[in-house]
Amino acid sequence: METLLFILVGVLGIIAIVQAVRVFEISARVKGDDENKVSDKDNRTQGLLLLLFLFFFLGAFAWMVYSWDSVILPKAASLHGADIDSLWAISMGVIIVAFLVTQPLLFGFSFLFRGSKKRRAVYMEHNNKLELFWTGVPAVVLAGLILYGLTTWSETMNPSPEDEPLVVEVYGYQFNWKARYSGTDNKLGYANVRLIEGVNQLGLDVNDVSSLDDKVTNVLHLPVDRPVMLKFRAQDVIHSAYMPHFRVQMNAVPGTETQFQFEPTMTTAEMRQDPEVVEKVKNINELRSAQGKDPYEFDYMLLCNKICGSAHYNMNMKVVVQTQEQFDKWLQEQKSFAETL
Amino acid sequence: MEAHAHHKENFITKYIFSTDHKMISKQFLITGVVMGIVGVIMSLLFRLQLAWPNQEWPIMEALLGKWAPDGVMDPNMYLALVTIHGTIMVFFVLTAGLSGTFSNLLIPLQIGARDMASGFINMLSYWFFFVSSVIMLASLFVESGPAAAGWTVYPPLSALPEAMPGSGMGMTLWLVSMTFFIVSSLLGALNYIVTVLNLRTKGMSMTRLPLTIWAFFVTAIIGVLSFPVLFSAALLLLFDRSLGTSFYLSDIMVAGEVLQNQGGSPVLYQHLFWFLGHPEVYIILLPALGISSEVISTNARKPIFGYRAMVGSILAIAFLSFIVWGHHMFVTGMNPFLGSVFTFTTLLIAIPSAVKAFNYITTLWKGNLRLTPAMLFSIGLVSTFITGGLTGLILGDSALDINVHDTYFVVAHFHIVMGLSAIFGLFAGVYHWFPKMFGRKMNKTLGYLHFWVTFICAYGVFFPMHFLGMAGLPRRYYTNTAVPMFDDLTNINVLISYFAILGGVAQVVFLWNFFYNAVRGRKAEQNPWQSNTLEWTTPVEHIHGNWPGELPEVHRWPYDYSKPGMEEDFVPQTVPLTEKEMQTGH
Ligand code: HEM
Ligand SMILES: [Cu+2]
Ligand SMILES: [Cu+2]
Repeated sequence: METLLFILVGVLGIIAIVQAVRVFEISARVKGDDENKVSDKDNRTQGLLLLLFLFFFLGAFAWMVYSWDSVILPKAASLHGADIDSLWAISMGVIIVAFLVTQPLLFGFSFLFRGSKKRRAVYMEHNNKLELFWTGVPAVVLAGLILYGLTTWSETMNPSPEDEPLVVEVYGYQFNWKARYSGTDNKLGYANVRLIEGVNQLGLDVNDVSSLDDKVTNVLHLPVDRPVMLKFRAQDVIHSAYMPHFRVQMNAVPGTETQFQFEPTMTTAEMRQDPEVVEKVKNINELRSAQGKDPYEFDYMLLCNKICGSAHYNMNMKVVVQTQEQFDKWLQEQKSFAETL
Repeated sequence: MEAHAHHKENFITKYIFSTDHKMISKQFLITGVVMGIVGVIMSLLFRLQLAWPNQEWPIMEALLGKWAPDGVMDPNMYLALVTIHGTIMVFFVLTAGLSGTFSNLLIPLQIGARDMASGFINMLSYWFFFVSSVIMLASLFVESGPAAAGWTVYPPLSALPEAMPGSGMGMTLWLVSMTFFIVSSLLGALNYIVTVLNLRTKGMSMTRLPLTIWAFFVTAIIGVLSFPVLFSAALLLLFDRSLGTSFYLSDIMVAGEVLQNQGGSPVLYQHLFWFLGHPEVYIILLPALGISSEVISTNARKPIFGYRAMVGSILAIAFLSFIVWGHHMFVTGMNPFLGSVFTFTTLLIAIPSAVKAFNYITTLWKGNLRLTPAMLFSIGLVSTFITGGLTGLILGDSALDINVHDTYFVVAHFHIVMGLSAIFGLFAGVYHWFPKMFGRKMNKTLGYLHFWVTFICAYGVFFPMHFLGMAGLPRRYYTNTAVPMFDDLTNINVLISYFAILGGVAQVVFLWNFFYNAVRGRKAEQNPWQSNTLEWTTPVEHIHGNWPGELPEVHRWPYDYSKPGMEEDFVPQTVPLTEKEMQTGH
């Protein structure tokens, strides 16, 4: 309701302004001068406003960085996540420096060189040295960023083959996720949507021995400090598995298999103790209790991040990172595919 | 051509099926403005939903009917609005509305031609666009709702009516509308290319073209090379939808049924789509940059700094834009090596972009800036072009894109660098060339008011979205209340929506200023901005063939502002070189 009022006031305000301007326009017309020519006074006012805007803009930027600091990049909890974050920090540094150099120049010059009838601009067509300079500097900086970026990318995407990962399938369908563990043989059995039937929700092949010991679960449990290879499959449309804390994102595409290998470095329990996370959760719970909602406890999440239909926004799976013993114990308790048949 | 001037005109040939580029330009502009109003209203509706989820809005029920039971928007409708908003803004407002308007108006006028190479094809181009707009708007009213798979309409979601209501009839209409749109763009672009190449007046060498024309020319070339690929992507999608082919489909079970399709690849569609999609952002952006080059130089009373570097960077950007499309697909499971190649080419684009930014800034240095509303919007454009371009360094870097791909960080990035810059370019162009289009002037004070509210709100809406994205908030989410970890983002969302509403309402000032003064405004003089380019040598009242007598002859480049030794601070292109200039070679 108050927003509606807000809009109404806005519209009325504009009508009032337009009318006021018209009165001004008509009176100028009566006097016979052209109110639409830009005068030196306009240049002064607008130049000053541009300068003020610069201060306002930089101030607002500082304010946002300061007061929204807690939402910038959730704490990283994977091995490669730390590498990505250093690349992130350096790239952000470069960007912010470039931002803080160019915006003041732009608005500063707009103010400094605001026009006046008494002055004349300086005729300057080009200057090869200057242009070479600002082609060269970005080129060198970019060369650095590209090299660093490509190294990080290739280390992330091509983890060393020696450390044998735990293989887990993540399966997306409208509108939920399932995880499939490969069982004692650490090998996922063959599966295809054509084989889906009854309780066999993921279309596992009953005739493939390696599928019989596979285990299908609703929550993704992972052991800490051990590489895990996620294999993605989708049933109907493209989904995408996005785990912000692990710096992992990969599409699940019908008809193709995709994968992502990474290594979680903190258990859910450890994260819940982490000061940064504690602070954030406290903040969230204050907001929640004000709205009369249940308190929230930290959990890793796997979110769907590719538009997939009406409940896309609500398609997620809890991820639990545990010690190896806890994980083994949990997996033990899950039913194998053969047992569910 | 001359003979045309004596044809009798009636209402229909003058205002509706006109072949005159000046009238066609106005038709494009007004259709674009109407589509823009629709697009902005949509964005306000979904901003209400994002900031105040589950709140009941009577206005929502009034506008959306069964899609907003009790005034709460349905999730399918949310996706539909986002999709049509994106489509309208990208294609209808900023491709046709911007490039269609100003290429049509300025190409013949600034190169000294009587009209486009083919007035008839030009007219067809507009009418294809018109039909396309009507179909797109009509799709809003079909029973199962308009297309809702995002403006990129990725299959299988867009291919399977069972997957979401929007993939039914609405999607078919979307594809048909886009087909008309592509035809319109191609007809327009071919005409622009031919006109620039063949109809330049005596003395107008390529190196004397205003940067606007360079930008429109290169844009047209990009369009001709990339739109046909979108056409094939759309055609194959139509086949998959209605003829049972499997270009994009394989191993799918949807709504409990296994489909027979086998062997297709959804990722193939993405390659085809982005082969247009990335160049498309430059199809949007380059005309805006061309316009601002002209506006900034004229109002700084100084030559644009580094003309050749500006042309060179337009060409470099155009070339690179064809080999970077994969940066939209880093997380589709593509070969990591291919990802590296796309990272490399993408980050290279930063170099010509930086050159352009620095050249704009240097043009202001020691200028004598006339801060007209058009000039303010151009300065705003340079600001958003820099702000938005910089975050491209994050998104173009495959390793970092993992963090923020498909989050609000992307929404912030592309709205600022492409949406805002191009909209500001559009506004700058309208304020600057309004006297040429309508022979009248817009109100300056309202122009200033419009600029300041729009500029502040634009940043107010899109800058905070970077933070939402860094927090990991995915885009195309109907609400973020389903995931408690995002609960601390609500305040930011509310702030954004306030700015959006205020900014949206402020456009009423512009609409008033535009429509009122198009009919009632103060009469403009022939060259209101003391500009050098040829369009200001034509009479204020539009005539067929543009110049009453002979075509003007060009003797110099368009940027002789404040030239030493000249009495006035501008020297139109039609003024012959003085003796002194001939001796010094300038
Ligand atoms: C009134 C100003 C505008 C507002 C408040 C606004 C707001 C938004 C928001 C919040 C989204 C993202 C929704 C989501 O991903 O869930 C969006 C999507 C989009 N907007 Fe805007 N926008 C505005 C103007 C523009 C302009 C000028 C353009 C021109 C380029 C544009 C193009 C797009 C596109 C292409 C999308 C993506 C649609 C999709 O995800 O399929 N918008 N807009
Ligand atoms: Cu989804
Ligand atoms: Cu791109």
